[in-house]
Amino acid sequence: MAETITFYMLGGLILLFAVLVVSTRNTVHGIIFLVIDFLVVALLYASMNSMFVAAIQVLVYAGGIVVLYLFVVMLVNHKRPPEEYADPNRRNWLGAAMTAAVLGELVIIGAYASLRPAAVSASATKVGYVKETAMVLYTDYIIPFELVSILLLVAMVGAIILARREW
Amino acid sequence: MIDSVVIPLLKILIVLNAVLVAVTFMVLLERKVIAWTQVRLGPMRVGPHGILQPIADVLKLMIKEDITPVKADRWVFTMSPMLVLVPALIMFAVIPFGPTTSLFGREVTLYITDLNVGLLYIVSVTSIGVYGIILAGWSSNSKYPLLAGLRASAQLISYEVAVTMALVSMIVSAGTLSMVGIVNAQASQGVWYLFIQPVAFFIFFVGGLAETNRAPFDMPEAEQELTGGFHTEYSGMRVALFFLAEYANMIVLASVATTLFLGGWLRPFPNVEALAFLGIIPSWCWFLLKTFVFLYIFIWIRATLPRYRYDQLMRIGWKVLIPLAIANVVVSGILKVMF
Repeated sequence: MAETITFYMLGGLILLFAVLVVSTRNTVHGIIFLVIDFLVVALLYASMNSMFVAAIQVLVYAGGIVVLYLFVVMLVNHKRPPEEYADPNRRNWLGAAMTAAVLGELVIIGAYASLRPAAVSASATKVGYVKETAMVLYTDYIIPFELVSILLLVAMVGAIILARREW
Repeated sequence: MIDSVVIPLLKILIVLNAVLVAVTFMVLLERKVIAWTQVRLGPMRVGPHGILQPIADVLKLMIKEDITPVKADRWVFTMSPMLVLVPALIMFAVIPFGPTTSLFGREVTLYITDLNVGLLYIVSVTSIGVYGIILAGWSSNSKYPLLAGLRASAQLISYEVAVTMALVSMIVSAGTLSMVGIVNAQASQGVWYLFIQPVAFFIFFVGGLAETNRAPFDMPEAEQELTGGFHTEYSGMRVALFFLAEYANMIVLASVATTLFLGGWLRPFPNVEALAFLGIIPSWCWFLLKTFVFLYIFIWIRATLPRYRYDQLMRIGWKVLIPLAIANVVVSGILKVMF
């Protein structure tokens, strides 16, 4: 019972801050809300006894990535309200179709999860522990793991090419 | 009830107060040591040899006028000092000051908690600490603090990578992320990790100096070029909060270095039987002594070395420390597998 209450409270907070991120006018305030949002997500993990995932969430997302966001926003921020300009390409049928697809996917995932709850495997109960997570990550999920690292490498190379002045 | 609520609360209370008192006297120690290095006397007026100077300083800061600039972003400006201080203080939750001891007929652990990812907790909370500095610089709506905030964030991001990699190679030796577990590993292996991982220790020490904005890496608060740095627009108690956080961070760094590399609460050379008589000194005294040595070295370095230039700082971080740290991880891993 207490777990359910914690879950819904934290979930509500996550949604609240997520909405605040996109609804504030001031971009720096938006980023502060984003940090708080990530911290609440970490709390959610911690409440499920996954200390490792929670720590990584704080370290990578709240501590690492968003600092870079803040860095960029502080350098370009002129404290002006966003310009009143309606992008003609933004509201078109493609966007509507993609949004519908994502929403449909969410509904299907939700329905599937509630219809057939996942069986709790022996390793899943210890997901918060470093050794168990590492063992699963480097044996059963080695190919997805390496694919993700290649994806990051591609993104990094792309960023370097974009940032390079002379060709 | 007593074991689950009262004792942890008491421990938190004691640690928090001890840290805050230690911080005020760190300021005095720093002024004294720097004065002695420069053949001066330092503060002498308040109390014998200036021993009551910290109390006078705190009183002065508390009764000063608290000014918020008109153009400042008000709530971020108010929030920033707390954002710096809170991470610095909550890190003490996982620092082990000693092993399980019996006090008043009760088994008490001399640490607040022992997370199984304690080291990772410290690294993540450190990475949160930078927000206070950046936001203080930004919300002041003033040029110098903004520059200092940018410098601080760049510096922290750069050195965090090297420090984390150094810690990874240390973990390869210890085989655990729990702070208590790391000290116990040093006890069972009979050696301080300073001798097993000297390169990791060097990187951790240099990177730690940079992460706490200490000289010679005190770029974000270079008085000569930034008129004080990210806290230029702050006054009164809020400046005091920034200083509190800075010194609390130093103490955390010193205690983490002690725990990871100097065997925490263990006596020197825990494997040499001939030194067993050193065991009469309580373990937490060893911990405090080692931490104090580190703090003294920080002050000593500040009194001795000139400040780096900004580009030199970045070059050391990215071109020296990070490659060195990665190489150290690889070498540690290979050695661990071979032996």
